[in-house]
This record gives sequence, C-alpha cells and structure tokens, in this order.
Amino acid sequence: MFELLGIPPQALFGQLLLGLINGSFYALLSLGLAVIFGLLNIINFSHGAQYMMGAFVAWMLLTYTGINYWWALLIVPIVVGATGVVIERLMISRLYHLDHLYGLLLTFGLALIIQGLFRNQYGVSGLPYSIPAELSGGTNLGFMFLPNYRAWVVVASVVVCFATWFAIEKTRLGAYLRAATENPTLVGAFGINVPRMITLTYGFGVALAALAGVLAAPIYSVNPNMGADLIIVVFAVVVIGGMGSILGAILTGFGLGIVEGLTRVFYPEGSAVVIFVIMAIVLLVKPAGLFGRTP
Amino acid sequence: MKLKTLILASATSLLLAGTAMAQTAIKIGVLNDRSGVYADLSGEGSVIAARMAVEDFDAAGKGITVEIVSADHQNKPDVASNIARQWYDQDGVDLIVDVPTSSAAFAVNEITREKNKIFMNSGAGSADLTGAQCSPNTVHWTYDTWALAHGTGSAMVAEGFTKWFFITADYAFGQALEKDTTAVVTAAGGEVLGAVRHPFPGTDFSSYLLQAQASGAQVIGLANAGGDTVNTIKQAAEFGITQAGQALAGLLIFITDIHALGLETAQGLVLTESFYWDLNDQTRAWSERFAAQNDGNKPTMVQAGVYASVLHYLKAVEATGGKETEALMAAMKSTPTSDPLFGEGMIREDGRKVHDMYLFKVKSPAESTGPWDYYTLLATIPAAEAFRPLADGGCAFIAK
Repeated sequence: MFELLGIPPQALFGQLLLGLINGSFYALLSLGLAVIFGLLNIINFSHGAQYMMGAFVAWMLLTYTGINYWWALLIVPIVVGATGVVIERLMISRLYHLDHLYGLLLTFGLALIIQGLFRNQYGVSGLPYSIPAELSGGTNLGFMFLPNYRAWVVVASVVVCFATWFAIEKTRLGAYLRAATENPTLVGAFGINVPRMITLTYGFGVALAALAGVLAAPIYSVNPNMGADLIIVVFAVVVIGGMGSILGAILTGFGLGIVEGLTRVFYPEGSAVVIFVIMAIVLLVKPAGLFGRTP
Repeated sequence: MKLKTLILASATSLLLAGTAMAQTAIKIGVLNDRSGVYADLSGEGSVIAARMAVEDFDAAGKGITVEIVSADHQNKPDVASNIARQWYDQDGVDLIVDVPTSSAAFAVNEITREKNKIFMNSGAGSADLTGAQCSPNTVHWTYDTWALAHGTGSAMVAEGFTKWFFITADYAFGQALEKDTTAVVTAAGGEVLGAVRHPFPGTDFSSYLLQAQASGAQVIGLANAGGDTVNTIKQAAEFGITQAGQALAGLLIFITDIHALGLETAQGLVLTESFYWDLNDQTRAWSERFAAQNDGNKPTMVQAGVYASVLHYLKAVEATGGKETEALMAAMKSTPTSDPLFGEGMIREDGRKVHDMYLFKVKSPAESTGPWDYYTLLATIPAAEAFRPLADGGCAFIAK
C-alpha cells in the first residue's frame, strides 16, 4: 500500500473531510462577524456568546416545550436575532460615532455578562442534546465512517454561506446595504430607512451565530463557555480573510478548517496555534487580509 | 463609680465565661473553582459539604466555633497562592480544603508548609502531592492519578482489553495520567499502540478519534478531564467508535460529567471513583440531604471528600483540644478515619488518605431508574491495593 507523507491516503481523506466539517462552523461564525463588521463597522465580541445562546435556546425549546431540532433551526435564530436587535437599538446604536474600540469593549462586556448569567443558571458541565433521529447513524465511505449529522452540517453551512453572499453581493437589498455603509446620508435621502436596515443587519449577523449554535448543539458540549473557546479562532479567521470581506470569511473559514485538520494528523500538539501562526504571516505579508481591500 | 465597676466586672466575667464555652475557634477556607470547568464538581457544593460536616459534628455543642470562608481560584496557581497567603497571613485561616487543579494544589501545598498550617486536598488529581511534592502539612483525601490509572487500567486488561491507544490532554496532568496508565497496562501484559496529544482545552476530537480507530486498539484511554472528556465521548458515539467494537476507558470522569453526557452517550463506559451516592444506606441518606441544599444535584466524590476531611479534622481538634499544627497532623494520622461516606480508612504517614476505590460501569438508559442513577458497581478495589505503596512515592520527609 502506498503512503502519502507517511499517512495512508484513506486516513488523509478522512482528516480532510473532518477539517471541512470544522471549517463549516468557522465559516458560518466568521460570516456573521464579517457581515456585522463590513456593514456596521462594529467588532462584535459577543458573537461567541450569541452562538452559545443559540445552542442553549435550542436545548430550552426541547427540554421545556418539546420543540424538536428542525423547528429549533428556524425559531432559535429568530429569537436570538431578536435579542440582537434589542441590544443594537438600546446600546450599540449609541456608539456608531465613536471609535471601533468602544463597540469592541461594549460587546466584550456583554459577552461576559451573558456567559456569567448562563453559568449561574446552568453550571459549566454542559447539557445533553441528542442528534435528531432522522440524522443519526452514518455512512461508511470506505476510508472513514461519516456520521450523517456531520454531512448535514457541511451542506447546511455551504447553503447558508452561499445564500448570504448572494443576498449581499448580488441583490438590490444587498446593494442598498452596501451603499448605506459607504454613505448613509445619501442613501437616507433616497427615502431608505438606514437605521432600521442597520439594526436588522446586526440581528441577521446574530441570527447566523445562533444558527451555528443550533448546528453545534448535538455534537459539541452545550455549555456556557462553548463560544468563548471558539470566538478567538473565529476572529483569527476573519482577520486572515480580510476584515469585512464576506467571501473572504467564507473561503478562509473552510480553508483553515482543513489546514487545522491536517495539523492534527502531522503535529497534533500544534493544532491550537496553527491558525494564529498563519494569521501572523498573513498580517505581515498582506495586512488587509487575503481578500481584504487595502484602504 | 461603684456602678461602673460592677458593670465592668460583670462584663469581664461574661467575657471569661464566653471564652470558657468556646475554647477553640477554627477558620476553614474552601478554595476551589467556582466559575470554570470544575465548578460543578467542586464549587459551592464543596462549601455545602464543609458546612454539613460542621453541623453533623455538632462543633458548637463541643465548644468549637467554626467559620467557613470560600474563594474562587479560577484554576490558576497564581490566584490560588495569593488567596492562600491572604487567608493564612491576614484572615487567620487554619485549614484550607478542596483545591482542584493540580498546579493550583501544588501552590497551596507549598504555602501551607511555609506557614505551618494544614491543607486537606480533595479536588486535585496528581499523585505527586504525596510523592515528589509531599509535605508533612498536607493530606490528600479523595483520589489521585495513580489510583485512577490502576483501577481502570488493570481492570480493563484483566477483562481482555490489552491493546491501548491514548487521547491525551497536552499538559502535566494528562501526560502524567497517560504515563501512569501505560505503566499499568504494560505491567499487566497489555500493549500501548500509540497516543495523540491534543491542545487543552479542545472542542473537536473527531480527528484524534479517527486516528485511534485506525490504530486498531481495543481500548481508547481518555487521559483528559472535564469538558474535553465529555466532548471526546460524545463524538466517539457519533463516529460509531464504540459500536465498531472499541471500548472507551475514562481515566478521570466525575458523575457530573456523566450527567452532562446523558446515558445514551455515556453507557458502557468504565471508570474508577472513590465515592458514589448510591453505595449504601449511609451514602444515600447523606446525599439526599446534600442534594436538598444543592439544587437537587447529587454530590461528586470531591464534595464527599471535603465533607469527610473536615469531619476528620474536627475530630482531631476535639481530641487535641487546640489547633496546634503538629499535634493535629499527628492526631489525624494516628486515628483511623471513619465517616458515613468513605467508611473506615486511615491517613498514611505521607499524607495519603487510604480507602476503597470502586470500579463502575455506566448504565444504559434502560437500566437507569432516573436522574443520577448512573453506575453499576463492577468491582471494589480494596484500600490496600487502591493506592500507590508508600515506598514507591519517593516522599522526602519520610524516614527510609
């Protein structure tokens, strides 16, 4: 049997696929961040907490009301997105005229408060959430056993990412949005309600985080710190892709998932830092990120 | 003038009477994780356990006043040392209990020795606390990595699971656990096919699980803890690792982890603990009282260890009639321990508390009658075999 870099090719394919699955989460989360930063210029540090809320609300729906996973996929982003709308209206909207740093500090503080509240209520051990019956089990691909649920995560992520990219880059609504970020006064003069559009955009970004949370609930531990663990990596992904670039966030999300997956095979000890090493290199060579526009 | 003297005199006599009643005032500090990954298995529950020990001992009726203080060390050694120093130097704390996270426990261990106070550890795992880092001021109560590795490792090999692969958290604790278990497995005639070390903490373990699967091992040893273990087990179920015939051996798993996993995912897992609430009538009765104060959650072995260690300490205070450290340590080590949770036992010269350990198997959802009914007892490991022999620890202060 021939080997590739000391690893049998079957194992390598398996690891590539796993990387792609992790990349789906990076892509979904960094997409939400990129949308919020690109259109609102807010560095949303509470994104991790909102992802965690997504998983928790899915758990609450199932535990307290018996609403299943499929409805949760629809309801949770709306519920958590609505909390995002409230936060944007009450707090973030007051910071637009200030430096980025204020938005960052506000959302970081919010993240700590949200995590603290959940920790107080539910502890830190995490809560069980089962894979829906329709997606349990898996397929033997020959080189690995692919759980159906993971396959579904990749498909769902690709579809949502593409739809978001299409809506922002190719539709009239997306054009309004992009125009409003360039020159809100002028767009407002055309009779478009710019503040409302911005509020809804923030809500949409938060809803994306919540959706990722629902997708993650059955496979990762549902606990108050789940977002805090992930958010730093996702920020690195956004920085590498180029702050605010939608396409950049999606492609780097998937790409870095694969790079990280390969690191886990060849040098597992380094898998936690490989993304940050890449980030450092990209920042040195191309400070605006791989897909970013140089200002 | 006369009245004033009278008042003064009576006040003085009252004060004297007061001190005669309360001969000894003790201050106990419960230092543990109150917000992070170990908060559920130690945290406020350990404070409740300490308080219950004081009540059950009837300290007030025996002329001992006990005050309990608590703090969050955030699993950081530097935070733990700061709190320990302040407690000993300024707040008059006599005894520190619990302290999960081995690195934090080592820090408190050193300071306690320096200040000549007493440290009774329940939460931390490293067997070095009574080995290379041992101290005449420290008692290690509940469990250690050696006991866990031997309990689970030798039992699995005895059942015919001889080929092992480790998924190890890449820090001191995980590496120690892997090393200890490897020694047990090879000594028992087993074989270790490989290991993968993952960054701590991690989220996705599927890659390591696939490597473990490809190794052809019969057992995957999980040399990690807390959320990492929970995620590994969850994903092993998802990727059909256990269904394909490989067994999982949890090397440090607490009942709160099983509660978080749910039995559907955790069933069949083999693990070692020193306490389970459903062992006998005494543990059941105590655990019910504990749960009533702890939001219905049953105690972990760490919380049980805090109760038992505080109880044993108070007995020594009563016996010696004071709180002089050498006398108390001598009394605690010379008196056999006896409490409703760990039964009969003793504290060895090196500070190691010795009692039975238990090998459990996690029930399937069908076998379980409800929340917290999680374990089937597979074997009792007698106290004499459960812990590392005194001579092998390399404890420096013990006369050879």
